Amino acid sequence: MRALCWVGADTLEVRQVPDPELRNGHDAVVRVRRSATCGGDLPLLAGRVPDLSVGDVLGHEFLGEVVEVGPEVRGHRVGDRVVVCAGVACGACWYCRRDLPACCDNGSLDPEAAETAWGHPVGGSFGRPRASGGFAGSHAEYVRVPYADVGAFTVPEAVGDDRALFASDAAPAGWMGADLGGVRPGDVVAVWGAGAVGQLTARAATLLGAERVIVVDRYPDRLRMAERHAGAETIDYRHVDVPAELRERTGGRGPDVCVEAVGVGCDGGSPRSLADRFTGRAERPTAVREAVHACRKGGTVFVLGEFTGFVDAFPLGAVTAKGLTVRGARQHGQRYIPMLLERMASGELRTEHLATHELPLEQGARGYALFRDRADGCVRSVLVP
Amino acid sequence: MGRIARMAGGTVASAVDALAARARRAGRGTTGNDPGGGRWQVVTVDRTPDEVRPDGRWPEPLRRLGDAVQVRVRPAPGCRGTELAARPRPGRVPPGLAAHLVGDDPGAPVRAALRQAKQLAETGEVLRADRPAMDRAGPPG
Repeated sequence: MRALCWVGADTLEVRQVPDPELRNGHDAVVRVRRSATCGGDLPLLAGRVPDLSVGDVLGHEFLGEVVEVGPEVRGHRVGDRVVVCAGVACGACWYCRRDLPACCDNGSLDPEAAETAWGHPVGGSFGRPRASGGFAGSHAEYVRVPYADVGAFTVPEAVGDDRALFASDAAPAGWMGADLGGVRPGDVVAVWGAGAVGQLTARAATLLGAERVIVVDRYPDRLRMAERHAGAETIDYRHVDVPAELRERTGGRGPDVCVEAVGVGCDGGSPRSLADRFTGRAERPTAVREAVHACRKGGTVFVLGEFTGFVDAFPLGAVTAKGLTVRGARQHGQRYIPMLLERMASGELRTEHLATHELPLEQGARGYALFRDRADGCVRSVLVP
Repeated sequence: MGRIARMAGGTVASAVDALAARARRAGRGTTGNDPGGGRWQVVTVDRTPDEVRPDGRWPEPLRRLGDAVQVRVRPAPGCRGTELAARPRPGRVPPGLAAHLVGDDPGAPVRAALRQAKQLAETGEVLRADRPAMDRAGPPG
């Protein structure tokens, strides 16, 4: 089959790779209909994640059609149109049974690598290196889906592909940021990042009853989207002192909940020098720092962005001085996707506008370049194998 | 890991059971370190001890390590299931080629066996990687 493979820093190539096979009784094989780029791919694309190997297939946010199921699969059959959670989880361990599937004990092919990186094994993901699961990615004609009854969800007929696609990753990530950030009716919520996840965090906050939602970014087209589709107020941080603006808009208190939906290396900060890359000097999480300073006393900062390891200059003193709760997670998609699909079916949650560029798989490298550079108003490139 | 385990071979459930009983008696209130055999590797299985040891036997991934390991089990606090622990038996690291393959870390196959035992108990199977292209029939990709 054809697949978009990483072949070196900032270099992708469509190659012929073996078709996926059923390897476990709970597996399914899905023919991919849509597969989206994601900010979490950018450190991989740039070659900043050492585990990635030449020939690895990227992509984790996808939707498709079941073409094969293992003997233990009960909830799906050939022909089902499914959206697949970007994270791989077993559904049966202590963490899965407590609605924390991203912490799954059995979702990774290389738990030892994750232990080295994070201290414990965590749930896997498609299109990520070994420490993150080691499963082939979705920028391909077919994908093997482990634990298919747990991670694949039949899409209601009323929901089109371009809407349902984002139930795989961006929508559950955004919903989780608002939900686990503890958004309550009447809250003021600030969201750093107006990409797909940031916009869907803002929408989730609104649906959870937030009275005001303020989105911070520097791209006018994305900010307009956040206003139009999420009903948010916006701040363009190129022209505005964000902490001062947030204090003014919140009566001096600061937002009740601050959600970082930017990720490392995506916030316009200076790119790391060659020397930094050799010495492994850590990134500075600009948006998280700002969120910690801006958040009201006793409020919550939720970190959604994918950070590849360590960060420098984290304002820990402000966390304790202001009594903040700082929380983060990779998205617990299995927990939210059925509800999100219902909201998509009812029209409450619309996501098609995020798919700004739809391209054939062969133009995957171009799709990533558009997405990485925020060129031509790109929010998400969606690849069609 | 499967190759290593098969090479280690043998089923010595009764000896392991006896060791486990001794460990249960001796292990109450002790730390993870024991001068007799090094640190225990432990996983918590979200199942009852009976489910972890169906028919009173250790799960297959641990049985495959034979008498090269000591194994113990005890209920986890807070209804979190069962703590399943194992460690290489002193002087009996996995023998022969297996020992060569695992190099200086005889705990590696023990950790892998524990994880596999946990996956079997919780999900019914051990997650398998995709087969490398070179292992497949047909034209190369």
